[in-house]
Amino acid sequence: MSKIIASAAIRGAHKIAKQAEDILARAIKEKGQDCPVEFPNTGYHIPIIYSMTGRGVEKLSDFQEVMDEVRDLLPPPVDDDLWVPYLGHTLDAGMATLFSEEIIEACKYLIGPNPVDDIWLGAADDVILRERGIQFVDGTAPGFAAIVGAAPDVDTAVTIARKLQERCLYVFMSAHNNGTTFAEQLVEGGVQLGWETRLVPFGREITSAIYSLGFASRAALSFGGVQAGDFRRNLLYNKNRIFAFVLALGEVTDEWYATAAGAINYGFPTIADSDIPEILPTGVCTYEHVVSRIPHEQIVEKAIEVRGLKIKITEIPIPVSVSPAFEGERIRKEDMQSEFGGQRTPAFEWLRMRDISDVEDGTVEVIGPDIDSLEEGGKLPLGIIVEAAGRKMQEDFEPVLERQIHTFLNEAQGIWHMGQRDINWVRISKDAAKAGFKLEHIGKLLHAKYHDEYSSIVDKVQVKIYTDEKQVVALRQQAQAVYAERDARLAGMQDEDVETFYSCLLCQSFAPNHVCVVSPERPGLCGAYSWLDCRAAYEITPSGPNQPISKGNCVEPTVGQWDRVNAFVVQASGGNIERMSQYSMIVDPMTSCGCFECIAAVLPSTGGIMIVNREFADMTPCGMKFSTLAGTVGGGQQTPGFIGHSKHYINSKKFIATEGGIQRIVWMPKMLKEEVKDAFAKRAEELGLGGKDFLSKIADESNATTEEEVLEFITKNEHPVTALQPMF
Amino acid sequence: MDPKERSADKAAQEMIARMAEAGQQNAWDRLQAQLPQCGFGKQGVCCRICAMGPCRITKKATLGVCGADVDTIVARNFLRAVAAGVSAHSDHGRTVAEVFIATARGEAGDYKLKDTVKLHKLAKELGVETKDRSLNDIAVDVGKIALAEFGKSEGTQLMARRAPEPRQEIWDRFGITPRAVDREVTESLHRSTMGVDQDYRNILMHASRVALADGWGGAMLATELQDVLFGTPYPGRGEVNMGVLKKDQVNIIVHGHEPILSEMIAAASQDNELLHEAKKVGAKGINVSGTCCTANELLMRHGIPIAGNFLNQELVIATGAIELMAVDVQCVMQGLTNIAKCYHTKLVTTADKAKMPGVEHISIEETTALKTARELVKMAIDNYKNRGQVYIPKDKKSAVGGFSFESINYMLGGRYRASFRPLNDNIINGRIRGIVGVVGCTNPKIPQDWTHTTLTRELIKRDVLVLTTGCATIACGKQGLTNPKEALELAGPGLREVCEAVGIAPVLTCGSCVDNTRLLVSCSELVREGGLGQDISELPVAGACLESVSEKALAIGQYFVASGALVVFAKEIMPVLGSENVSNYLFDEVEKDLGGHWAVESDPVKAAEMILEHIEAKRDALGINREKERKLYDMEDRRALAVE
Repeated sequence: MSKIIASAAIRGAHKIAKQAEDILARAIKEKGQDCPVEFPNTGYHIPIIYSMTGRGVEKLSDFQEVMDEVRDLLPPPVDDDLWVPYLGHTLDAGMATLFSEEIIEACKYLIGPNPVDDIWLGAADDVILRERGIQFVDGTAPGFAAIVGAAPDVDTAVTIARKLQERCLYVFMSAHNNGTTFAEQLVEGGVQLGWETRLVPFGREITSAIYSLGFASRAALSFGGVQAGDFRRNLLYNKNRIFAFVLALGEVTDEWYATAAGAINYGFPTIADSDIPEILPTGVCTYEHVVSRIPHEQIVEKAIEVRGLKIKITEIPIPVSVSPAFEGERIRKEDMQSEFGGQRTPAFEWLRMRDISDVEDGTVEVIGPDIDSLEEGGKLPLGIIVEAAGRKMQEDFEPVLERQIHTFLNEAQGIWHMGQRDINWVRISKDAAKAGFKLEHIGKLLHAKYHDEYSSIVDKVQVKIYTDEKQVVALRQQAQAVYAERDARLAGMQDEDVETFYSCLLCQSFAPNHVCVVSPERPGLCGAYSWLDCRAAYEITPSGPNQPISKGNCVEPTVGQWDRVNAFVVQASGGNIERMSQYSMIVDPMTSCGCFECIAAVLPSTGGIMIVNREFADMTPCGMKFSTLAGTVGGGQQTPGFIGHSKHYINSKKFIATEGGIQRIVWMPKMLKEEVKDAFAKRAEELGLGGKDFLSKIADESNATTEEEVLEFITKNEHPVTALQPMF
Repeated sequence: MDPKERSADKAAQEMIARMAEAGQQNAWDRLQAQLPQCGFGKQGVCCRICAMGPCRITKKATLGVCGADVDTIVARNFLRAVAAGVSAHSDHGRTVAEVFIATARGEAGDYKLKDTVKLHKLAKELGVETKDRSLNDIAVDVGKIALAEFGKSEGTQLMARRAPEPRQEIWDRFGITPRAVDREVTESLHRSTMGVDQDYRNILMHASRVALADGWGGAMLATELQDVLFGTPYPGRGEVNMGVLKKDQVNIIVHGHEPILSEMIAAASQDNELLHEAKKVGAKGINVSGTCCTANELLMRHGIPIAGNFLNQELVIATGAIELMAVDVQCVMQGLTNIAKCYHTKLVTTADKAKMPGVEHISIEETTALKTARELVKMAIDNYKNRGQVYIPKDKKSAVGGFSFESINYMLGGRYRASFRPLNDNIINGRIRGIVGVVGCTNPKIPQDWTHTTLTRELIKRDVLVLTTGCATIACGKQGLTNPKEALELAGPGLREVCEAVGIAPVLTCGSCVDNTRLLVSCSELVREGGLGQDISELPVAGACLESVSEKALAIGQYFVASGALVVFAKEIMPVLGSENVSNYLFDEVEKDLGGHWAVESDPVKAAEMILEHIEAKRDALGINREKERKLYDMEDRRALAVE
């Protein structure tokens, strides 16, 4: 009966609030009340507290006010004889628990034990949030299973985790059941943990469950356009978009109940394996709130039904599971059955368009020896030729579709793929081989996935797989000729050559004024959409977020403005943006949604700009970390002097062409320099800046962390910017 | 007569027997003396409107002197009764508005604006600027707008905008969107005076309009302003029935309707100085309890015990334990003066508009309210020594009260997810079949409390959630129906499951009779929350009052009908049966116009069946009785879900 749950949850909330009070007092005693407190590298403060109350906690003393709110929320215990309505109280107690748990975890970062320890990951930073959270928005991940406790044995744990992965769900793990944790069970079962495999171990204690719910809250802030403090929309966003649930494995303690009550506020129900009372009437969650006594073999299916989730599992006739959750899996040498390419054997992959009559849909041919002819750890050459036909297929889509081979192969459990074209590298694990995986399954997988995801442009697909070295080498030559042709076509493609740009309004759900204008020489700022991609996307979904924009007349040649592009921007931004330049970061710069790979910012005293990439978490010379900068630049505003952009754009001829292009760059993190160096050197050569030498004139965090130091560095190294006119 | 035939309340039965032994008279005895009552009056066919009459319609004399037919006479009487009921609630509302403004202006120092959140909400609704303004300034403007609703010369009731839009359109279409309360009441009297409106349908349409001016106007404002002034009720514990009287304490009964008085007496009874005075006279404390709707107001907001409902008012005095009974307005029987004379009980009237001969009158003014209340408490203390023999029945029950619109929202989702969604969901999925308001008075013609409690039991057994107000809520309280533990056992399995999930009894105490507007607001919210149609008339809901007494009950019934609901009254107390046309219209044809209609049924079990039939028909029409497969959501479905 629900009263038992309410009583336990309210008791648990009081206990956890007391713990929070105690650890906060200790932290203040040890560190002082002005000691800054944060989760690593996030712009969302302590996220549940921030998103629910709007309070951006910065120092320990800020937690005192939160504790006041917790005390105010904590309801009296449930009277056994004459009770007043307890559902609202229980939900409030749950929220008080989450606030308290955040205080506890945040204090642990300061005074220990450190939440990041051994396999435990603690809070996810904003890089992970961006990368992974977007999957909840675009549907690649329908939600997550927050597992608390542990399965009765390792095999059960592994089976549950696999089933969840197959359904594309993230698995967030916290709390132990009598000392055993689900995450450790998976490790014992030889399962790879980490964000890449969607199996995320947060912490041993129940308090670490707030990392799951904090992630959900941040997703609503970041992708749902929800304001901090707008708790109602945040929670409803989670109820209606992020289909998460709690799997309680083992004895449910008062503290678990309290935390689960917090989760119910988000519309996340609890499904338990133990014999606890149930709450079946619906309303706060989409369907039932607490369901119990579910056998382990049914628990995943039951959880999905209770949460009301429809998951499309395309049956692909291969002997291993296929899901985006397996995408991040690595195959170490010891676990490898056989490998292909990777500079060890000749290999390539090539998708080409054929006439519809030349393709027999579904045919997979393996020409040459298969993996069963190999010893364990053996190698073979590999040529994958995908031939696609369709009434709407175009040659320009070939590279777009070809790039999917990487994603599709990685989604198969036990298959690992890296690289592309003629530098591809494939491994097949021992487990996959044991399950009966053969090379023809690569073909079947590709066939199924192309039909599944590109049915609007692809009608027929056949796959040929070659392993005979001679044939592979010969065919590779043909493919290389095509790659070169494509490169020439793409590299040669200039904004001037096309009459049509494409819009990308994908992010308007959270940045309503933002309009990306994608041209051949300026890819989308997220790095995911090139002009060709947008064109393909438009073909695939004509009413989608990528629309063709006929350029019209060029009205501002230097900054890159066209009358019809401007007209489009006015309309698509709801009248908020009047003009937008394709090539300037000073005059009417393009807006930024928040998904940018990099931010470029003017460093006024140097006459140049710095570029910081999302992965760089430390302080930058402009005095702001990436996360803070992102808050300034994002949200669909025009901010002269700042733009968000893709990594690829740095090496474009049109990169801030108005301001002088790459010669303005005076600072970049080392990792970014490393990532762009080849094309960058080439571009610097073209501009007469001295190729690689120019890169060394650009400061990085090892020699300059402030604007003054940057100025000193570039002056010393005679950076060409010193000879340029000021930017404004 | 066997006390069991007079009341279903055990404590009342005891007192009725004792009074009979002592040769004391009460309402039941006076009813006996009145029998047989006037058959023409019962039928509504007697016209005393002009001096050519009184006329009564018989088979022989089918027309009044002026030529008015039976339809006109019955409809006019009905309209006048409704208008009188509207006047009562709305005059109550106006008094509250006046105290509200005085409080906001700082002229009524004993009162405070307790619910400032609700004040802001109300201000927004009424278009009062709140930014950078003091609470008092906001409240003055809110109060002025509210006060104008009673007598403004132009425009329609602002609160009526709370109704679902299709409902407002219906009102507009029939020209019955209510204007100022005073205007609708005046027009009612004008229309029904000799030689004016003589088309029964036209008369009855105006009965709707004047009733709407109450439900969506005067009475609604009374509730809203009282909540701001005295605090919006949230669930709390209390006790009900005469067993709450304390033998060793000074007992004060507040009786009537307006919390303006009772709030102050409740406050004064906590005063240390007065408590000390009480000790000095040998009492262990000061026990304030209520009868009638004042009792409901106090239970809802403070958990102050309820001694009884309308028919208990004379009985409580007969316990000999009451030092003082302070009364204000409505439902105060003049018979109290006689019974009070038999005991030491001091009876005091406090409202200038409601005095009784031979009874001390102490006027309660907003500027000196607490001082006056203290004087009253002091009088009670001083009277303690005059007590004679005391007999207090043991019977009392624990209850949970305090279900306002706001607290229902809260209890269904807490501070962060407050909404009606769980209620709508569980109506849609059929765990709860529907919602019925069991409201109103207790009438000596029917064993006290019997129909309310029987109907309620029958409804909850059939998975219908019951919301109660007025004396019906006290009837339910006396029988443990508002006690979550006791009443859970009586609920059907679906309703029980929801009650267990939320932690409520299947019967919710929603306040006094003026608070029936909480039910109107809740109905609008059921519509707004979604999944149950576009208008109140589509909802699986109904109202019932099988023991009605006051004209107020007719006004309430009529505003529910005009808002689209089914309303069931007992046959013998529905004064329209003398006209077939009027009956047909009210019981049937009105539904085509306004979506709601009246029905008569005196047997509570049959009434429950009739209501269930109505609820199931509404459910069928909504399509929610069809077994549906669980909808599972893919990404596209999820995107289509609103995040508001």
